[in-house]
Amino acid sequence: MIGSKPLFFIAVLFLILCASIILATGMGFLKITALEVIEILGSRLLGHDPSAINPTFPFVVMEVRLPRILTSALVGGGLAVAGAVFQAILLNPLADPYTLGISSGAAFGASLAIILTLFGIIIPPWLSIPVFAFLGAMATLVGVFSLASTDNQLSSNTLILSGVIIAAILSAGIGFIKYLADEQVSIIIFWLMGSFVGRTWADVLTTSLVVFPGLLFMLYFARDLNIMALGERTANSLGVDSSRVKKMLLICASLITAICVSVSGIIGFIGLIIPHLLRMVLGPDNRVLLPACFLGGASLLLGADTITRAWLPSEIPIGVLTSLIGGPFFCYIFRKKQLAKNS
Amino acid sequence: MTDKLLYRLNDVSFSYGRTPVLKDINIELRKAKFYGLIGGNGSGKSTLLELMTGTLPPNKGRITYRNKRLSTYSKLQLATKIALVPQHFSMDFEYSVKDIVLMGRHPHIPRFSSPSTYDHESTRHAMESMDILHLEDRPIVALSGGELQRVVIARALAQETEVLILDEATSNLDIHHTISIMRVIRRRVKEDGLTVIAAIHDLNLAAAFCDECVVLKDSCIFASGTVNTIFTKDLLQTVFTVDASVQSNPETDFPHIQFRY
Repeated sequence: MIGSKPLFFIAVLFLILCASIILATGMGFLKITALEVIEILGSRLLGHDPSAINPTFPFVVMEVRLPRILTSALVGGGLAVAGAVFQAILLNPLADPYTLGISSGAAFGASLAIILTLFGIIIPPWLSIPVFAFLGAMATLVGVFSLASTDNQLSSNTLILSGVIIAAILSAGIGFIKYLADEQVSIIIFWLMGSFVGRTWADVLTTSLVVFPGLLFMLYFARDLNIMALGERTANSLGVDSSRVKKMLLICASLITAICVSVSGIIGFIGLIIPHLLRMVLGPDNRVLLPACFLGGASLLLGADTITRAWLPSEIPIGVLTSLIGGPFFCYIFRKKQLAKNS
Repeated sequence: MTDKLLYRLNDVSFSYGRTPVLKDINIELRKAKFYGLIGGNGSGKSTLLELMTGTLPPNKGRITYRNKRLSTYSKLQLATKIALVPQHFSMDFEYSVKDIVLMGRHPHIPRFSSPSTYDHESTRHAMESMDILHLEDRPIVALSGGELQRVVIARALAQETEVLILDEATSNLDIHHTISIMRVIRRRVKEDGLTVIAAIHDLNLAAAFCDECVVLKDSCIFASGTVNTIFTKDLLQTVFTVDASVQSNPETDFPHIQFRY
């Protein structure tokens, strides 16, 4: 079923992503040309010293910029893929990676870690904010699933409702922690708005260890996901064990979301807008859509992060930026599509 | 005769929670027959079909398919033998008509392979027989209810199974399409040896196209047999509490029911 047009499109997206990684690495306070970036990367890979380049450049590229850029790309890609999977499983185009309350869980975990440090309880460094956020997200996932498990078929309504209930409870908890934090509340607020400042190679590694296997796992089930769009009964009669596939893919998408949130804070809109845009261009076939979402989401979030890092006079939180750009753009697309449908 | 036996249900019962839906069902269904499943709303027709597709396991009794327990077949094995046209179908994603019908080939296409020429041929053939070939590139969300229903039936035909289960599949269709679709299915029964099990509300339609009917009333089988023995004034009075006269039509050899309104 996959023609040459979608494959070409994916190849183009891949090239765009590579180009934006290289261009973004060159941008910032120190201007580095694309050729120099490629030379630095090449010399690192081949293990010899670049000769004619300013000696501070390799450090800036390898230790400062590249980890941040790769983390933002991985998070963008991860969120977009998770969003696409959530939409396909819940048969609800409004679903996004945070539908099951994962973001609230992560936010609660992070707030808890911050308030504990504020109260002078020393948290060992390996149990830092990201770890708390990840644990919070996982606990939420377990909570939502056990609440929804009364329904054997795990219907979308039960899942979405369970997510809403748990998220509401957690939001109240976050509100309470913010209240306790009193004047220091800004630390929590800033974390919640998302940021890629100061990401390291460790972040790149942990994120990719979840995102890439997760993506492969989802691709393995991409055709089953297509069939599941026909509805539970029909999917079963076509040989797809839909409740099992549903459960596995939900857990997989949630894990990806959890690692993304814990690394970067809550970044909205990527998981909603990218799958929608690409579905308009490529159609709903998940075998094409999922890889395209990864590449598209990665490029978009990387681009947004580069704007706030290198262009704007002072950094604004990335989560705010994506919603500020993404929201109106989405309105425009949505309106255009509705008008086209009615004419 | 036993080699033509497909389904055998022995004392099958099923209940949702404490509400019994089917009680002590015993039937045998044979190959290359058109079976009609009739009964009032809530008489257990849909549940019986669910049991036969293997989606629900019976609480009691056993269902065998070709002399093997139904539960011993894998989902994928069943998908190559039994196709289902469900009562309700809705779709929010913009797949084209052709994509949807091709999905019927899913159990025949190994993971990570592309559909073969044969898969495309049978997809095309199924669309042709349902009179939707001219819609093949249309997005599914832009179809009318009747067109959508024909797409769903075409999808099940493309699955090329030996059993086709229809759960009130023609209830959304106009009379022209209802008759032409039932003719197509009837022809497949006769020529290709397809077995059809169809829950049907329109009794005249059932009388015209089915070989045999199974009548459900209050979770039990009330009667079963050929249409000429099933459709009697008394049965219609007891099962549906309607006043009707039944005439046998010598030209067509199937009973014709006239309701008193």
